[in-house]
Amino acid sequence: MYLTREQERMMEGEKGVAVRKSMELLVALGEVFEAERLIPVESAHISGVSYKNLGDAGTEWLEEHASMGARCKVRATLNPAGMDMEKWREMNVTPEFAEGQRRVIDAFTSMGVEPTCTCTPYLIGHVPRRGTQVAWAESNAVCFSNSVIGSRTNRESGPTTLASAVTGLTALYGYRLDENRKPGKIVKIETDLETRMDYSAVGYITGKLLGRTVPYYKSMGKPDLESMKTLGAACATSGGIALWHGEGVTPEAEEAARHLDGLETVAIERKDIEEARESLVCDPDNPTYCIGCPHCSLREMAETAELVKGKDMDGRLWVFTSRGVYQKAVRAGHVKVIEAARGRVYRDTCMVVAPLHEMGWEGVATNSFKGCHYSVAHGFDTKLATLPDLVEGAAK
Amino acid sequence: MILKGRKVMGGYAEGEALVSAEPVSFYGGVDPVTGYVTEPGHCCCGENITGKVFVFPTGKGSTVGSYVIYRMKKLGTAPAAIINVETEAILATGCVISDVPLVDKLDRDPLKVIKNGMKVKVNADEGVVEVID
Repeated sequence: MYLTREQERMMEGEKGVAVRKSMELLVALGEVFEAERLIPVESAHISGVSYKNLGDAGTEWLEEHASMGARCKVRATLNPAGMDMEKWREMNVTPEFAEGQRRVIDAFTSMGVEPTCTCTPYLIGHVPRRGTQVAWAESNAVCFSNSVIGSRTNRESGPTTLASAVTGLTALYGYRLDENRKPGKIVKIETDLETRMDYSAVGYITGKLLGRTVPYYKSMGKPDLESMKTLGAACATSGGIALWHGEGVTPEAEEAARHLDGLETVAIERKDIEEARESLVCDPDNPTYCIGCPHCSLREMAETAELVKGKDMDGRLWVFTSRGVYQKAVRAGHVKVIEAARGRVYRDTCMVVAPLHEMGWEGVATNSFKGCHYSVAHGFDTKLATLPDLVEGAAK
Repeated sequence: MILKGRKVMGGYAEGEALVSAEPVSFYGGVDPVTGYVTEPGHCCCGENITGKVFVFPTGKGSTVGSYVIYRMKKLGTAPAAIINVETEAILATGCVISDVPLVDKLDRDPLKVIKNGMKVKVNADEGVVEVID
């Protein structure tokens, strides 16, 4: 791989150990994927934050990295942690876990990473311009960046995004190149998609059918932002999808439409949506009802507040969102309404990365196929329902 | 026998070969504390990879796997080196952050020419693997 003189000096340690180690990682990956060279990135979104996944080893790696002098050169935001950084006791998280989580956040903060603790950086003002190169991890954010915004990233991991944040560089391969952004299969929607959960189901089915292939959706209707958020999250979970095109919907669809000749078409019908749902659910006795996978937008907070008015959620409805959206939801009065109905609102964390077993959860009900998939993987009985049905189910 | 391939993470190591015909996930598939492969139904389930030259097709599974390799290195349970047919990002990342030598794309199929228990010297800096019968 070609390196500029300056990059060679970074590789030799002229800018410190942290930069050298970061360069080693980026160059090794560049070699693996046969990249010609490194290119600048405008921002990073870093995953691998929950102490549940990192454990002591990952935490120590981050602390070591920080002590070697790693500092962000470009804007970097952070994925969710394993708990609300303030209300963790109320979530039934243990003090030992909270201490580990605190160390993780401190290490990131000392490196100059913004402790946003959200999987939806794109909802709190971290929105790159179309066509720019970024290094984002968190598969739903990757999908949103590539598909809905049009900013380019591969499916990065915690260490690679941190390396990109510290050097401002990434290797040029994969979804960064025009040729790899072409669709590989046409997915024709042969039913009216009526709810956001329908879009979530379509994403889930697409990942199962296509694996890592880029889909081009036909007849997908006019999904709102929240529908695109949940669709991307689902197809990145059941498959390895990093980019989707939607006819008349996404910014690169018109360009993508020039490459449809000879592509295979697969259809998604109403019965496929029903089957996908049935493949995941098994009616739990005492589920916790959760929304916010990916983290709730302000509109979802408003809708939830409207639905819970005058009902008693009995502490069984959990709403997950980012600090950025939370502040706006407080100002708009939504948080007060949800809490008055005894619903809970938490920031910084979600149903996928919090230590749910240790917190005493017995089952999970959600409107997110991604959330449901991980709940099944973590050994919970699960239920899928739309937002109004979740509120109805949680009501005492 | 000398095999030539590509350096992904440099370094030198030698050890006894452990060969897996199937891809390996370090997250959930290997116990970092003991070094045993624990994935149910995996062809190497029950084998210990500590100190071995671990030979397998490629990696699979969650990106958290990179940190598992790092944890094993810290605990002293990591393999001495890894040889892949063709590696991928999670393993490459794990080996780079943990200083575990990693080579792939050898000129002969390592799954065929390397057998369990053979002594293997991995000079990853040069991308050279020496197999001693």
